[in-house]
Amino acid sequence: MSFCAPKDFFFSPENLEVAKKIMAKYPAGKQASALVPLLDLAQRQNGNWLPRSAIAYVAELLEVPAIRAFEVATFYTMFNLEPVGKYLIQLCRTTPCWLAGGEAIAQACQVRLGIKVGETTPDKMFTLKEVECLGACVNAPVMQINDDTYENLTPDGVVKIIDALARGDKPPAAFVTGCGGTCSCGKGKGGKC
Amino acid sequence: MRMIKLTINGQEVEVAEGTSVLQACEQLGIEIPRFCYHDRLSVAGSCRMCLVDIEKAPKPVASCTMPCANGMVVHTDTEAVKQERQGVMEMLLLNHPLDCPVCDQGGECDLQDQAFAYGRDRCRCTETRRKVADKDLGPLIKTVMTRCIHCTRCVRFMEEIAGSPELGGIYRGEKMEIGPCCEGPLHSELSGNLVDICPVGALTNKPYAFRARPWELTKTESIDVMDAVGCNIRIDSRGNEVMRIVPRLHEDINEEWINDKARFACDGLRLQRLDVPYIRKDGQLKSASWAEAFDVIAKKLRPLAPHQIAALAGDMTDCETLFAMKQLMGKLDCPHYDCRQDGVDYDVSKRATYVMNSTIAGIEEADAILLVGTNPRHEGTLVNARILKRWRKGGCPVGLIGAPVELGYPYRPVGESALAMRDLIEGKHPFADFLRKAQKPMLLLGAGALARPDGPAVHALARELAEAFGMVREGWNGFNVLQKAASRVGGLDLGFLPSGQYGMNTNSILAAAQGGRLEVLFLLGADEIDMDRLGKSFVVYMGHHGDKGAGRADVILPSAAYSEKDATYVNTEGRPQRTYRAVFPPGQARADWEIIVGLSHALGDGLAYDTLAALREAMGKVHPHLLRIDEVPTNAWKPFGATGKLSIQPFTPVIDNFYMTDPISRCSPTMARCTAEILPLLPEGRRRA
Repeated sequence: MSFCAPKDFFFSPENLEVAKKIMAKYPAGKQASALVPLLDLAQRQNGNWLPRSAIAYVAELLEVPAIRAFEVATFYTMFNLEPVGKYLIQLCRTTPCWLAGGEAIAQACQVRLGIKVGETTPDKMFTLKEVECLGACVNAPVMQINDDTYENLTPDGVVKIIDALARGDKPPAAFVTGCGGTCSCGKGKGGKC
Repeated sequence: MRMIKLTINGQEVEVAEGTSVLQACEQLGIEIPRFCYHDRLSVAGSCRMCLVDIEKAPKPVASCTMPCANGMVVHTDTEAVKQERQGVMEMLLLNHPLDCPVCDQGGECDLQDQAFAYGRDRCRCTETRRKVADKDLGPLIKTVMTRCIHCTRCVRFMEEIAGSPELGGIYRGEKMEIGPCCEGPLHSELSGNLVDICPVGALTNKPYAFRARPWELTKTESIDVMDAVGCNIRIDSRGNEVMRIVPRLHEDINEEWINDKARFACDGLRLQRLDVPYIRKDGQLKSASWAEAFDVIAKKLRPLAPHQIAALAGDMTDCETLFAMKQLMGKLDCPHYDCRQDGVDYDVSKRATYVMNSTIAGIEEADAILLVGTNPRHEGTLVNARILKRWRKGGCPVGLIGAPVELGYPYRPVGESALAMRDLIEGKHPFADFLRKAQKPMLLLGAGALARPDGPAVHALARELAEAFGMVREGWNGFNVLQKAASRVGGLDLGFLPSGQYGMNTNSILAAAQGGRLEVLFLLGADEIDMDRLGKSFVVYMGHHGDKGAGRADVILPSAAYSEKDATYVNTEGRPQRTYRAVFPPGQARADWEIIVGLSHALGDGLAYDTLAALREAMGKVHPHLLRIDEVPTNAWKPFGATGKLSIQPFTPVIDNFYMTDPISRCSPTMARCTAEILPLLPEGRRRA
């Protein structure tokens, strides 16, 4: 049907099983509803970005026209249509974070990584992006690295987080300052995290 | 149907339930400006231009999406509505470039007209405008995407009418764009309609770019003859040149669409034209005068016996020409003539056997459709669009007997050969249940099933099938033949067929020519035959383009293309329609019937008419229905058909290259570009390669 026939993207056998399970959640004939989760699955399999061929592949799997899948993939900012670094740092720039010093966080990231917002480090480790509200304003300023949110950020703190990631360590979520139990790390229940 | 009463601008109006406020306003003749609303597409409600005030509604309401309700009081002429429209217009123009002087839509642009009628005279915005990268949509559609106002008409058209969802709204918010998933030619044969449907200059006619302004063009209403659907068109010309072709509304045929060949092949009308008579001397075609050409033919014919002469008509020959030629052949006592150059030979003794009895509009009533040996997308694009329209309403299963094709809607494969028809009749295939249950089942029989040696037997089997499933009943005749040549139904109506028991059909004529038994062969624009089979016969080619027939000819008589003559054609439904002269034929070329009359005088026994009116009068005496323009006669259902052996060979599509099927489209640079760029992307093209 489509000119953008899938050429170089296929689900791995494991992911194909996962995809089938996702599709089975929807009533017969309504498989198109699985579009967003399958695009997400494809993105995860493909190093955190979605090539056209992956979009076309998912579309073919769900029997929707490629353009309909492409519309969805371009609508949601969570789908990356170009390659990104191993760690995709999404800095919140919406008002609460900005009031709480988000700009300094962005500055610290840019200095530490030597790249500007929207760029990827030459070693393909980090991509820096500014995004709108991440939904954690209570602990502003916040950022999201891949699937994890980091809250109550300070300029020094973000450098430490990036250092840890660069070393290959996984910094705990809410690494930087005590939140008094309001952050999403779960450790702060009944005390400081 | 429940009726609803409401008041619009103080006038009471009663409308059917489900009518939108916009439609109700239209019923009262109140103009509502709009961009995204189109009465043949689903409703988007995205442009907001159709805002009206409804009493008790807290905000202005988009009238295209608001259904009428009892007691509604609508205002469209208040100061508030005027300001609302001005506001919307200002917003739409925020990002629209002010490039009307270099925009091809200028003069026929909805945005331009409505900005003039409903907009403010200045913009308060001082920000810069956004720019959008142009998209490559192939050789037919030029894009200037910065002009796009995101009405999504094109997106809806491609999905709902063309059945080929290739365009979409991508990205979001301020960054939203209209575009394809992957750039490259659109592969719908209806893509040219995007030019008409786009209310701004974002999608324009690429071959026509910067060639003319609408107000310079002379507009001639005519019909298309590139296929047998008979789409209504308007030929826009400047001086003696056809600049472009656009569709004309005909609800029962093409609605307001035409296919890309009808629209874009018009540049072929300028090229490779035969503008003077030619005579072959020492193997070379040399230009000559009409008198010389007629003289050569007359000398050649004089000593011959009638059975040594034959005539074949091509796919674009009009009724007047066929009628005159038939009479000329009568004067020569010659029974060998045929209008079926593809060699089909099924029983055409009754009219119901070779037309689309259900009519094209009748497709919308059908509740089960069986396609046999046809790819309607290529053989009658607008017929296919109508089937898609019917299919989208639901409750109409479509089955196909023949090689798999892509039609834009899902169909049930029933089999590939005539055996599947037999299976259906015997109820062996599950699709038989759909046909049996249907109230108005229909059958569409294409050239893929008929233009082959067992065609007559397949035709008879189709009748058997139609009768087995009650396709012919009171008030409904679902037996349809989809012709692909504009001249065919007219030719069959006129009986341009082998006469008497000795008359030879196309295959016999070609065999006789090959075997040296034929001395003179007249080709009336017949280019689709195998010229190598013409042997040593003396070929008189009458046509308008230097195509295969002209290359083989011994005498060329230059005639007029469909844009250059007043002529009658009968479409596949059996509906006579007329073309009208938009420009003059080039050089010394003449209308075909004039040439035949001239030739008859040169032969010493002139035909009895010298004006088109007299010719039509004579034709009308024998075939009165040909003068009843735009009327579809109903045809009596009588037994017909021939027995014969059925082949088990699958039905194969007859059109490999949709973009080049006739002398005009073969000469068209635009169609050549489509052939080069679009065809390799399609299954047909891959098969051809």
